Amino acid sequence: MLKISNLTKRFGGLAAVNNVSVEFPANQVNAIIGPNGAGKSTFFNLVAGAMPPSEGRIEYQGMDITGMAPDRIARLGVARTFQTTMLFDQSTVLDNLIVGHRLRTQSRLWDVIINSKRLRDEEKKCRSRAAEVLDFVGLSHIGHRYIADISQEERKRVAFALAMATDPELVLLDEPAGGINPEETENLADLIRKMVKHGITVCLIEHKMDMIMSLADKIMVLDHGEKIAEGTPEQIKNDPVVIEAYLGSEQDVEA
Amino acid sequence: MDRLMNFFVSPVLKWALLVLAVVFPLISDNEYHIYVMATAFIWAIAVYGMNIITGYCGQLNLAHGGFFAIGAYVVAILTVDHGWAFWPAFIAAGLAGAIFGFLVGVVSLRLKEHYFAIFTLCVGFIIYLLLEKWEALTHGSLGIINIAPPEGFGFVDFTETVPFYYLVLAFLVLSVWLVSRLSRSLLGRTFLAIRISDDLAQSLGINLMRNKVLAFVLSTVYAASAGALYAGVVRFIGPAEADVVHTFDMITYLLVGGIGTLMGPLLGTLAITWLTQMLQSLEEYRMIIFGPMLVILVIFFPRGIVGGFLTWRGRRLANKASQQDQGGESQASTQTSGTPGADKQEAGNNA
Repeated sequence: MLKISNLTKRFGGLAAVNNVSVEFPANQVNAIIGPNGAGKSTFFNLVAGAMPPSEGRIEYQGMDITGMAPDRIARLGVARTFQTTMLFDQSTVLDNLIVGHRLRTQSRLWDVIINSKRLRDEEKKCRSRAAEVLDFVGLSHIGHRYIADISQEERKRVAFALAMATDPELVLLDEPAGGINPEETENLADLIRKMVKHGITVCLIEHKMDMIMSLADKIMVLDHGEKIAEGTPEQIKNDPVVIEAYLGSEQDVEA
Repeated sequence: MDRLMNFFVSPVLKWALLVLAVVFPLISDNEYHIYVMATAFIWAIAVYGMNIITGYCGQLNLAHGGFFAIGAYVVAILTVDHGWAFWPAFIAAGLAGAIFGFLVGVVSLRLKEHYFAIFTLCVGFIIYLLLEKWEALTHGSLGIINIAPPEGFGFVDFTETVPFYYLVLAFLVLSVWLVSRLSRSLLGRTFLAIRISDDLAQSLGINLMRNKVLAFVLSTVYAASAGALYAGVVRFIGPAEADVVHTFDMITYLLVGGIGTLMGPLLGTLAITWLTQMLQSLEEYRMIIFGPMLVILVIFFPRGIVGGFLTWRGRRLANKASQQDQGGESQASTQTSGTPGADKQEAGNNA
């Protein structure tokens, strides 16, 4: 699904992502973990095209997407959510979701002026897609509520729905469980499993280890921009390099 | 209460407003009032333009007054120095707005947030300087007099106040109609996504530059057309039309009425214009009243009068739907999006 080779991003002298090569197979949950400042979000930004890499190559479904503009990558089927959910507070949940399907429509200014059939059809399509994804994330009952009035977990779900409205094949989730309680985290993990069941490949960044270990099929560990390990949750749990990066080595403890 | 609330968003109110605007010259025997109203309408058209780029698309354009002046000067130069009739010059002004808007937009929209605002502030000042210093073209600080009025083709005389009032009203209705269509369309939603965040919009597959430039050009065409009408009614213009004060006036209209709402620009422009008229006897002391009023408004109604009302109404409807929801079946979603009346106002709601 996603094949990264020798990906590097330098900011001045600092390599935020350094020579990372990894492959994320389709139709499963791939997790990226690592201490703060390890370069996880930068890695996501590179894959989504929000910033161009300094070196390396990103292949999505066999296609080279290195340095491609983010809106084009989105149209190829890569959706993402952000660490802080960005939604339009002063409008309803359903209204927020309608624009999500915009990238699959063609209407231009002229269609707006003459109110063309194409525009009306496409608006209908976007509206029904919004209702579908809202149902998918289990929030149909709050479609009419204002974003400003819903809970943090619901906001996260709306952000998921917005990403789903773009008809993605790969979804990048940046800390989906940030700032929500354990029970809600479990519900969100169920939702992520449901996405995979519907044929979507998930890539996520997360700090909550319980969630990762039960959810991920494959984990990549970043530290100081470098890949220090990859494998199944079992392998990662027992990897001495990972333990050292997270907890410090025995020498550190003795010293 | 509910009835009153629904009246405010019903199409009935819009027709009522239109009828009121049409009969206004008949019931007002004071020609000066009609003139004030006509110029307020012209400013409202320009403010609608500003609402597209700043209200819907979220980019604070401080060169808006400059584009207003460009429209006015195109009409002035073409009619006075080149003997054009008003209407061809009016179309040329709109085109000039589009061309200059495109050129400025392509460069300035590469910048984000306050950098964009500062850049456009400078563009506005450059326009002002050009109009004042380029004497061969613009007559310099003397300004241009005897601008041709719009031709009435023998039917009407637009140098008279009342016919001109109706002409401007027609343009205003056209402007509002186009914005209303835009704001509730997919294109309007695209602009709104950009307003939330550039990153989010891009992640949704929205081409930032193309949509921002489109919004910018639309706004400058509005500004230039308003400027052209202004030249046709005042028939004397000078570089002061490009003064940044006008841009900030328009921002005030927008904030008072409701930024990013459909009726906000009109309400804000009319309210401030008439307030200014009423307080004219106070001269510069009127700021003593204006200042605190603005502060109170921004604190308690950050989205302006219209925006505040729409939020309040939206909450009320949402709560009502929730209550019904708890009582019976989950028909909440059809409650808000199903009725045609609610659809009509979608524009205001999501704005």
